[in-house]
Amino acid sequence: MTKDLSRKDKTLGEALRSQGISRRSFLKFCAATASMMALPPSMIPTIAHALEKARRPSVIWLSFQECTGCTESLTRAHTATIESLIFDSISLDYHHTLQAAAGHAAEAAREAAMEENDGQYLVVVDGSIPLGNPGYSTIAGISNYDMLIDTAKGAAAIITVGTCAAFGGIPHAKPNPTGAVSVSDIIKDKPIINVPGCPPIPVVITGVLTHFLTFGTIPDLDNLGRPKTFYGQSIHDRCYRRPFYDKGLFAETFDDEGARKGWCLYKLGCKGPTTYNACATTKWNGGVSFPIEAGHPCLGCSEPDFWDGGGFYKAISMPTENITKTAIYAAAAGAAAGIAIGATGRMKKAGARKAHQKVTIDDLEK
Amino acid sequence: MTETELLTWVRGPGFQIATIIFVLGIMLRLFEIIMLGRKANLAEAKGPEMSSGVRTIFTRTLPDASTFKRSTFTITTGYIFHIGLFVVIFLYAPHILLFKAVLGISWPALPSTVIDATAVITIITLVIVLVHRLKDPVKRFLSNFDDYLGWFVTILPLVTGYIAFHRVGMSAPALIAIHILSVELLMIVFPFTKLMHMFTLVLARWYNGAISGYRGVQS
Repeated sequence: MTKDLSRKDKTLGEALRSQGISRRSFLKFCAATASMMALPPSMIPTIAHALEKARRPSVIWLSFQECTGCTESLTRAHTATIESLIFDSISLDYHHTLQAAAGHAAEAAREAAMEENDGQYLVVVDGSIPLGNPGYSTIAGISNYDMLIDTAKGAAAIITVGTCAAFGGIPHAKPNPTGAVSVSDIIKDKPIINVPGCPPIPVVITGVLTHFLTFGTIPDLDNLGRPKTFYGQSIHDRCYRRPFYDKGLFAETFDDEGARKGWCLYKLGCKGPTTYNACATTKWNGGVSFPIEAGHPCLGCSEPDFWDGGGFYKAISMPTENITKTAIYAAAAGAAAGIAIGATGRMKKAGARKAHQKVTIDDLEK
Repeated sequence: MTETELLTWVRGPGFQIATIIFVLGIMLRLFEIIMLGRKANLAEAKGPEMSSGVRTIFTRTLPDASTFKRSTFTITTGYIFHIGLFVVIFLYAPHILLFKAVLGISWPALPSTVIDATAVITIITLVIVLVHRLKDPVKRFLSNFDDYLGWFVTILPLVTGYIAFHRVGMSAPALIAIHILSVELLMIVFPFTKLMHMFTLVLARWYNGAISGYRGVQS
């Protein structure tokens, strides 16, 4: 290793070592990653070898209609973990929030990265793309749509970070004023890995990157394009409060005895049963906690249309509209119709009785 | 349409439509029956109608010894799946939440493992009942499309609910949406099939008790 290697030419192993990461810590990370991705221990050397040798991939990060929450989640690790260093070690050639360059210089960096790494670079997208009017969201005068099409052309794969890029997210919520859509609504000819969440868990993105660097392929995805390793099980199935659900012990309000005792939050609208994410297992803030552990029901943020899912505090089994009113009106209408039909029948019967003429001998002799 | 959109639709407009047909249909049919009225009985009453009628509504819940001896299988399986349906529908916590949302009242739930086991027993019993209906020549002769449709729309929510509870095959939002859809199918079909017996049995039992009472005989 020579000191004059430019940062871009360094392998991941070199980059990590130059940041003071020991081989022992590095192998520990590889072992943890293997176990996190449910790979056999025999794969640890493979991962280590692949990461050692991997050239830092060029990553172009496109931020469209987003709130920067995803970037905050991924970069604001509370300690400098090895995951965050892996993240730092990719060659992030373009990222609005993090890059020093601005304006034309920034765009030039993107174009240069695309040219140098044609067919090799990764595109990370956060934010949805407005189709309503290009003017809703532009970067350096380029519409989000045009920039995505242009950048995606030479990409090896696209990783959507956050629910907005993966499924449209909050901009896509009704009435969707900007005509926001997801990346997969536009790009059909590139492998897309969806990493939804509002925001997604930082370790999930490093896991996906590690998988890509180790195997050169994209991980197994579910029907919504999410890596099965992290989105394979519902929050409900891995929730530590699940035994309370099974016993029928629920918090009814946020400050009742059930809430204090840490019972199930289903009745308070928890979307855990319909949400697939790794929150209950990897947790947040370095494994400290996750929303349900903090006493708040899951909002279902890694699912499509979670914002329009009928209310955050309404249980999944409850109707989203006022059914009581509907039932009362329907009952009244049904009763009225039944009485009307019955009355008509009675009138008909009475009429028939009235119109009935007895046959006399004279009639028969006619 | 995404799975979440489907789930939101079945919980919203879908449930709205099903409720309208269900409630309107039941009320329409009940009031039609009540409006038929009865012919004036010219014979002198030998006993009270009302008390005998009301009593019969409850007493007929249990079979008399001779009937039970004659149709032990039918009555036993009938009890099992009816009680099973009651437990699964009315004593599962998420279902009670639905009733609370619509009726404003709630009651304690059973543990979900008990519901799970009851659902399995109910499904198996319903299958046995169908096999018996198909094998028994008299029952088969007496059965028509209405009977098979009633069976199908009853077992469907049980099966979809069981699968949704265990999350097999599809994602949870899709499974729950399918379960709710199957319940909505039951609600729509309900008033126009023999499933109406859930409500008309009260009228029928009362009528049987009332005529017996009028004649001064035990019902």
